[in-house]
Amino acid sequence: MLYRLRRKISGTTVFMWIIGLGILAMVVVGSAQTLASGRYPSDQWLVLTIYGVAQGSVYALIALGYTMVYGILRMINFAHSEVFMSGPFIGYYVATALDEAGFLDRQPVIGLGIVLLAAMATSTTIAVLLERIAYRPLRRAPRLVPLITAIGASFFLQYTFRGLFGSGVKGYPEIDQLKGYWLIPGTQFGVLKTQGVVIVAAVIMLVGLYLFVQRTKTGKSLQAVSEDKDIAALMGIDVDRAIVITFIIGGALAGAAGVLYALLFRQVNFFMGFFPGIKAFTAAVLGGIGNVVGAMLGGLFLGIAESLFPNLVLDGLGIPAPYQLKDALAFILLVVVLIFRPTGILGERLAAKKA
Amino acid sequence: MKKTFALLALLVLVSTMALACAPKAKFQCTDKIGCVDIGPNEPIRIAYSMVVSGGDASLGTDTKRGVEIAIEDRKGELLGHKIEFFGEDDLCNAEGGQTAAQKLSADPKLLAVIGTNCSSAARPAIPIYCKAGIAMVSPSNTAPDLTDPNRPAEYFCYLRSCHNDKVQGARMAEFAWEKGFKRAATCHDGSIYADQLQQVFAERFKELGGEITAQEAVGPDDTDMKPMLTRVAATKPEFFYYPIFIKAGGQITKQAKEVPGMENVQLAGADGIFSPDFLRAAGDAALGMLWSSPDFSAFAGGYQEFLAKHEAKYGEKPLAPFHAHAYDAANMIFAAIEKVAVKDPDGTLHIGRQALIDALFATKDFKGLTGNLTCNPYGDCADPKIAVYQCVNADPDSWNPGADPDSNPKKIWP
Amino acid sequence: MRAQSRTPWSNTVRTGLLGGVAALLLSLVGLIEASAQRAIITGVLSMGHTLLLLIYVWAAQQAVRRLAADGERQPSRLETLTHGALAGLLISAVLAALVLLGQVINLRAVFINASPALFDLLTLKLGTWLGGGVLLVVGVVLGLLVASLSFIPSQFRKPLVLGLAAIPVVSVLASALFAIRGLSLLGALILLVLVAAASYLWDLKKGAVRERMNNLTPTGQRTTRWLRWLLPAVIVLLLPLLGKYPSEVLDNVGLYILMGLGLNIVVGFAGLLDLGYVAFFALGAYTMGVLTSPEIQWAGARLTFWEALPFSVLVATISGILLGIPVLGMRGDYLAIVTLGFGEIIRLVALSDWLKPYIGGSNGITRIPKAVVGPIELATPQTLYYLIILGCLVVAFVTIRVKDSRLGRAWMAVREDEDVAQAMGIDLVRTKLLAFATGAAFSGLSGAIFASKLTSIYPHSFHLLVSINVLCLIIVGGMGSIPGVIVGSLALVGLPELLREFSEYRLMMYGAALVFMMLNRPEGLMPEARRKLELHEAEGGAGE
Repeated sequence: MLYRLRRKISGTTVFMWIIGLGILAMVVVGSAQTLASGRYPSDQWLVLTIYGVAQGSVYALIALGYTMVYGILRMINFAHSEVFMSGPFIGYYVATALDEAGFLDRQPVIGLGIVLLAAMATSTTIAVLLERIAYRPLRRAPRLVPLITAIGASFFLQYTFRGLFGSGVKGYPEIDQLKGYWLIPGTQFGVLKTQGVVIVAAVIMLVGLYLFVQRTKTGKSLQAVSEDKDIAALMGIDVDRAIVITFIIGGALAGAAGVLYALLFRQVNFFMGFFPGIKAFTAAVLGGIGNVVGAMLGGLFLGIAESLFPNLVLDGLGIPAPYQLKDALAFILLVVVLIFRPTGILGERLAAKKA
Repeated sequence: MKKTFALLALLVLVSTMALACAPKAKFQCTDKIGCVDIGPNEPIRIAYSMVVSGGDASLGTDTKRGVEIAIEDRKGELLGHKIEFFGEDDLCNAEGGQTAAQKLSADPKLLAVIGTNCSSAARPAIPIYCKAGIAMVSPSNTAPDLTDPNRPAEYFCYLRSCHNDKVQGARMAEFAWEKGFKRAATCHDGSIYADQLQQVFAERFKELGGEITAQEAVGPDDTDMKPMLTRVAATKPEFFYYPIFIKAGGQITKQAKEVPGMENVQLAGADGIFSPDFLRAAGDAALGMLWSSPDFSAFAGGYQEFLAKHEAKYGEKPLAPFHAHAYDAANMIFAAIEKVAVKDPDGTLHIGRQALIDALFATKDFKGLTGNLTCNPYGDCADPKIAVYQCVNADPDSWNPGADPDSNPKKIWP
Repeated sequence: MRAQSRTPWSNTVRTGLLGGVAALLLSLVGLIEASAQRAIITGVLSMGHTLLLLIYVWAAQQAVRRLAADGERQPSRLETLTHGALAGLLISAVLAALVLLGQVINLRAVFINASPALFDLLTLKLGTWLGGGVLLVVGVVLGLLVASLSFIPSQFRKPLVLGLAAIPVVSVLASALFAIRGLSLLGALILLVLVAAASYLWDLKKGAVRERMNNLTPTGQRTTRWLRWLLPAVIVLLLPLLGKYPSEVLDNVGLYILMGLGLNIVVGFAGLLDLGYVAFFALGAYTMGVLTSPEIQWAGARLTFWEALPFSVLVATISGILLGIPVLGMRGDYLAIVTLGFGEIIRLVALSDWLKPYIGGSNGITRIPKAVVGPIELATPQTLYYLIILGCLVVAFVTIRVKDSRLGRAWMAVREDEDVAQAMGIDLVRTKLLAFATGAAFSGLSGAIFASKLTSIYPHSFHLLVSINVLCLIIVGGMGSIPGVIVGSLALVGLPELLREFSEYRLMMYGAALVFMMLNRPEGLMPEARRKLELHEAEGGAGE
């Protein structure tokens, strides 16, 4: 359908390409000028990339929740950002309790494991409750209706947490073993230990999920349901169960992402889910919404873009305070990607069948 | 159903009319913008327009409590009338400020408003209050233009009891220069407050002969500050001034310790993060950090008593640095009302609106907690004493500035 | 329906516990304590207690109704009373458990609102044990009272319930709009009697009035039809008489109606999900600011409001088209995120240090002049109201005309199925771009008025939440329907304004209301007739 459309609207297509190429040209010119100015040591770009990967892996974990729910229900689960927020929020109370008892410093692995479990359990509970109360009754309603309940649920959860636990910023306890750096061989720069842990944990979870979806029977039933609910039901797959499993996985990953996020930034707040949520959703779209691997790639791309590009591109164009514009830049890149690949990086499979 | 609604609407109207019967005045009002008559059993009404919800709620709560303590100090009474203190949440933005102003200024008995907290909320609100003849005293608007000699004539009812940004930013620059810092960088978060402060700081620092190596900006909800800090680090500053708010401020403080090249840069913030909540957000990284803030030790003798009352009433220490300014703002208003009110034998009060505003502008050598307040013709009343504080203990519970010379944070300049 | 397979007892227990959890939640988020400051009936009943009361009423009523609906036989009076009492008791039990727990451990370390003041409120200041006991008794009594309501013949029950409900409604409205703090006891009683009497009489005479209406002569009928239009029109024109603050609220509602009507074209008519609609609002406002404010030197022009207005609309329209082109080929959700991105880009760029020399950055643009009509400066909310009404009328007129035109039908065809629409010879590009352009134009108009209303604009005013709010209001109102936009704006912009004092809880209630609303009336408050039909057809088709 898209190709037909393209053939029909050559004028606007050309215009689109001009915009896209123009932005690309600016990116190239900006980068070239920044690099040519030689103001920044070359190692710095590596460091910025690592920061981006750490941030991006958190985005990727959250993005998985969006993309899986989208794949199966064709809806944007706006409240997923609150699923993400709730986990580390409850985890905070567990973590401070453990920290005060001194357990977190003595047994950091077990301690973190407990916090992680608490967070994942909370997020999963909230995700499943959401599905049960706010989405299931609306499965046959027009598509915008569940979007609005999701927005409503998102507000409700945010402000309920705020009411219950206060609006202040809460600082996560620091783990002594995770202070400092691991040096990258061959450079004098290091990876922060927290970042290292976050990246490794994210990779383990992403690979685990990929294997689960591709190899197990349950995973395959999820795929079947996301292809076609009615036919999957005819084939004897319990659609309700598949949907609940999707929400469980999405919730658990969001809870885990929340704890990793809290490790990186050591702050929780009732509003903390909002922006990461939007970013993760952007990442999911960037990768091709509905596609698990795409969400991972999208998350990493967005993380790196946010960390690297403002300095690399905008600096060369002479724009002051470039990090103020990092979100704007991220969205501009999204537009460019979608101009050239209207269904995201890996979105081909879904594009064929119009939702 | 429709009929029920119509009926309800009618009832609302009827009950309003029943409730809004005005007493007859014998007093002859000669005030240019009118008088407020307060019957024998009526309260004196003072309102607040502050931010008491959302991320900046600690600012509004802090100032609101300052006023509440001022009222309590008078046993809730003024000239034999009860003081009624109520108000609106202005959400710290322009729309909120305007809507709150429309609501409050519709009250014919309202004498004065204490607020707003945020300058963006003040700008659309001031003309509305002035038009209604309501005096407005802000405890925490710091944008310079509000009391500029060239300010619009429709700002005639507006005063403030706090210092403006020109003072604070410049003082921090002077401190940094005095202590031998030659290269400084700044960062703001897109709020008027932070932007003005860092701008004033940068200008003053350059004037003194220093070099500003970078002027960066972030978003108030950003979390990953390391890329920005890496960029700042590449310019090799010695001093980093980020007069922003708690969430982003905490992140910058923490992450500065993790970014190569920033470990040994002196970090400094302003009164927006001068609070125990900031220590909670920043953790141990706050140790050694500097703040510019009102000088609590220069506050008059009553300040320690004020703190004691605050702790007894609210179970915690002040949340932000403007409670004393709010306390002073309230007392300035009370004093002005006492000066201009005409009292009938039966206890009825008559207060001329213009007279009250004039009395406020005439405030001179008023003994407040924050010093001796004298208002200039453009509404700046503060006795600006800015000090620089240093964090000597990252534990939020130890927060007690100004209690004694060594309490945390410690005053180190002047 | 799973509920029917449960026994009445387990049903009542469930309802009671659910009510208990709701009461617990309201208590712990601090809503009860915060609203205890506001009196419904001065000295007798606070709003905090009213909220709890409502939960009791809901639960007991629900228990009794299920009981009556469930069994094959009429439940006896004793049964009804017991079920009501049980539901009330359970709610009280949950709250009493909270109070008790609060005495044993320091709940406040986690739940900041579990304060002594809350416990005092729940135990009526009688101390833990006595108060807890009283709480239980009160629960039972309330349950009994509510249950016994069902014994009253229905012609008396309805007036009574309406009268009781009128008290909190009138009290809240009066205090929100006119700064009256609570009704007096006498006032409340009078109100109760008046409303109850009116409702009773209306029920009695309803038939007679209808009959007389039907028996009118044709001319008479025509007059009444005219009146039906004239009366609301007159009321709308007279609304500013309510005062400054109500007018201010209505102005804000009006600005949202303007935006809502625009987004309604994009989302409701053409089916293009736009989450960045605030971008055009911002562009309209900034154009107005740049062209009229004396602060902005580089633009050279110092226009008046009316001179700048066409430019505002024009800039918004052109950017609507420009932003529309790259998203032409995108499907629903790709479109949503890209438009969301546009909205954020505009806000962030307006805020940036980069453009600060031109449009003020965080300082925004101030000293924007007000609109002037002849000798009158539209400075008060009352005068501004008429400007906004005029804008709404123009926009509504255009919308109605376009809706039934060829273009309007093309939009709806695109909404239903792009491929089919194209096959029928509809030019997709033109149709979609026209939708974006029209929507953007309305939003730009709204932004221009907004700028002159506030006289100063800041990037912070153009937050993503504005886009979300506009989207919510058109869907809550009923997508594609013009009265729906008006009702939606009143409900989602006007009502929250009245609850300003509880701003901390506003978004919580807003969120809960959105969910509740969508679950119970997915077609919206005032749905477009065609859409309503479709929706119910779909339900019928699904066999539910």
